[in-house]
Amino acid sequence: MIIRLQTEDFDPEREAEKIIVQGAGARVSFVGTVRDVAHNKNVTGLEIEHYPEMTEAELRRIAQDAQARHHLLDILVIHRFGRIQSPDRIVLVTVWAAHRAEAFQGCQEIVDALKKRAPFWKKELTREGDYWVPGQTPTDSR
Amino acid sequence: MITVRFFAAVREIMGRDSLQFHLPATSLTASEILSAVAGERLNDLPKPLLVAINYQHAEPTQTICDGDEVAFFPPVSGG
Repeated sequence: MIIRLQTEDFDPEREAEKIIVQGAGARVSFVGTVRDVAHNKNVTGLEIEHYPEMTEAELRRIAQDAQARHHLLDILVIHRFGRIQSPDRIVLVTVWAAHRAEAFQGCQEIVDALKKRAPFWKKELTREGDYWVPGQTPTDSR
Repeated sequence: MITVRFFAAVREIMGRDSLQFHLPATSLTASEILSAVAGERLNDLPKPLLVAINYQHAEPTQTICDGDEVAFFPPVSGG
């Protein structure tokens, strides 16, 4: 399991290809990118803040939960922080499993939990001003 | 002594990212500590507010012990 936090961009395919997983018959990746339009405003980029001492630990807890529930063979999570331009990549979640059902479900579960639990905060930068993106809480059902 | 940390909009409203707080003899919950340190700014803070104690999500009613780190922040928006 690899959890990585970084300011620089990444190549999702290259990152996933680097990891060889014995017994894997399926690999599913999710890549989150900066939307260029939100709330009818042109977004030029994002500033992502996080809680360094908690972020990696929380992502690891999320990944371990999903690994146990969906029999995932391996997990890679890369999340960027700092200034990110539109339409750059923000996050990569890649999972490996023996079969596609576990891989699809495991990947979705990690992304959904990350959005509710991982301590990141996005500020959208627009020509009309900068504003915090409304967030989610661990108990949200969305 | 405990460490209190603030993030995102909470940090901006509090005007700082952290502070040290002396625990009184009586035990305090996370929300009681927030009331003590936020003062008049309490009503300006975003709602709901999330709490983490020692780098794990926690309830505002949880009691804080000496040496703990408690953090207050808005709902999260990663991914």
